[in-house]
Amino acid sequence: MSDDLSVQAPFPGVFYRKPDPESPEFVQVGDDVQADTVVGLIEVMKMFQEITAGVAGKIVSFEVENEGAVSAGQVLLVVR
Amino acid sequence: MTGLTSIRRVLVANRGEIAVRVIRACHDLGIEAVAVYSEADAQAMHVREADAAVAIGPAPAKASYLRVEAIIEAALEAGCQAVHPGYGFLAENADLPRACVAAGLTFIGPDADVMTAVGDKVEARQMAEEASVPTVPGSGRLATPAEATEFAEQVGYPVMLKAAAGGGGRGIRRVDDSATLEAAFVAASREAEAAFGDGGIFVEKCIVDPRHVEVQVLADTHGNVVHLGERECSLQRRRQKLVEESPAPGLPEEVRDQLWAAATRLAAHVGYTGAGTVEFLVDSATLDFYFIEVNARIQVEHGVSELVTGIDLIAEQIRVADGQPLSFGQEDITFRGCAIEFRVNAENPRQNFFPSPGQVELLKLPGGPGVRTDTGLDSGDTIQPFYDSMIAKALVLGRTREEALARARRALAEFEVTGVHTTLELQRSILDWKLFTRAEFHTGSLDDFIVEWVARGDH
Repeated sequence: MSDDLSVQAPFPGVFYRKPDPESPEFVQVGDDVQADTVVGLIEVMKMFQEITAGVAGKIVSFEVENEGAVSAGQVLLVVR
Repeated sequence: MTGLTSIRRVLVANRGEIAVRVIRACHDLGIEAVAVYSEADAQAMHVREADAAVAIGPAPAKASYLRVEAIIEAALEAGCQAVHPGYGFLAENADLPRACVAAGLTFIGPDADVMTAVGDKVEARQMAEEASVPTVPGSGRLATPAEATEFAEQVGYPVMLKAAAGGGGRGIRRVDDSATLEAAFVAASREAEAAFGDGGIFVEKCIVDPRHVEVQVLADTHGNVVHLGERECSLQRRRQKLVEESPAPGLPEEVRDQLWAAATRLAAHVGYTGAGTVEFLVDSATLDFYFIEVNARIQVEHGVSELVTGIDLIAEQIRVADGQPLSFGQEDITFRGCAIEFRVNAENPRQNFFPSPGQVELLKLPGGPGVRTDTGLDSGDTIQPFYDSMIAKALVLGRTREEALARARRALAEFEVTGVHTTLELQRSILDWKLFTRAEFHTGSLDDFIVEWVARGDH
């Protein structure tokens, strides 16, 4: 587990895994991501901000479901 | 006070300052108010101030405040006879009034069909034309650049090219002269085809540097329609209003008369009931005005109209929904002085207005003569990241605009918020901005001022 890297919410809000309801998810478990890969959006007070992985690796799990409430620093997904 | 006949308990289907505002109106009318709350709002002021409260779901609005069935269930469970939607959330979703009627509840707002009709841009524009209310000159759907050129020559440049199937600003282009029209038409049509699967384009006259002026109307179910004057709302940042005032400074009496008449004519024509707003663009140079849209709800800035008329708009909404005729006519409504509202938001204007949710350590509201504050927060409360960024509205009333401005300076100096970033410092600077104090602004002015203000830095 020591190789696991977490991607955290930089600020609180609602986490979205898709750019809009009709589109597929930005990324899935098993996808390889780079530091600048967009992994989701966080809506804070009606403003949508793209969240990038910040680390490189393969996505192991999502810790927050689509449209789930998140607090600042909360782990969104785990990358290995 | 006129007692209400059928409404004894109102479900307030909202949160924050507007929920508190509605609860206060209910209490002034001697009726009870029931709050609804998401998991994030269990401790919120609107819950504390209400006579009862019903939990309606998780924090994200989609899972709570935007659920029609949860609102109806809460109203029935709490024994309410009526539902007040506030603004935002479900306020202009006709499914709520429809569901209310189906459940035997009174919806405090316009009829569902009227709401749907005025909410449709094309239909609203058509109804405005039927009521002889001026609209922005626009073409029908055009097939070729040549047709667009012909129309543009008629109404004069600049013009806007818009997607017939449009929305969200996509496919919109401004064209300043005939030389660039053909290329712009082809590009706009291609963009519209890609975005909406329909390359249809129409052309509208572009109103350069307009002012945004809106008229507050109030109508009962007995055919009476009155207006409560106009509000000047041109000071916007990216279409978000930051400062509003009534009356609109510098508008000649005859223009105001025409605006009022146009708004009440439209409200009567569509069969509007309750409180509503008719928005117009006013050409700063010619003072010609054009209908934009009807807002079928109470608005954030309703307080400035209340201050200059002394009428409680929320209480009137409830009386109208109760089936009562308005207790006053147009001739009974008098306007005194000048009222200005400043929206204080939890945003950092020095970081591109990035939202600043979190705990408000201290909230010190201004007071004294001619000052009103509407808020849904107390010191120690938390501003949630899930909803809008409003901390409070600070309103001032003066006998003249100068007196109102002086009161605003004093009130915003008294106003203190710690724990989160706010727009307070920007609002104070706006009071020293010559174009504001001289009322020489249009809808683009504030964006320009903010760029200068940020560049100037702290001082």
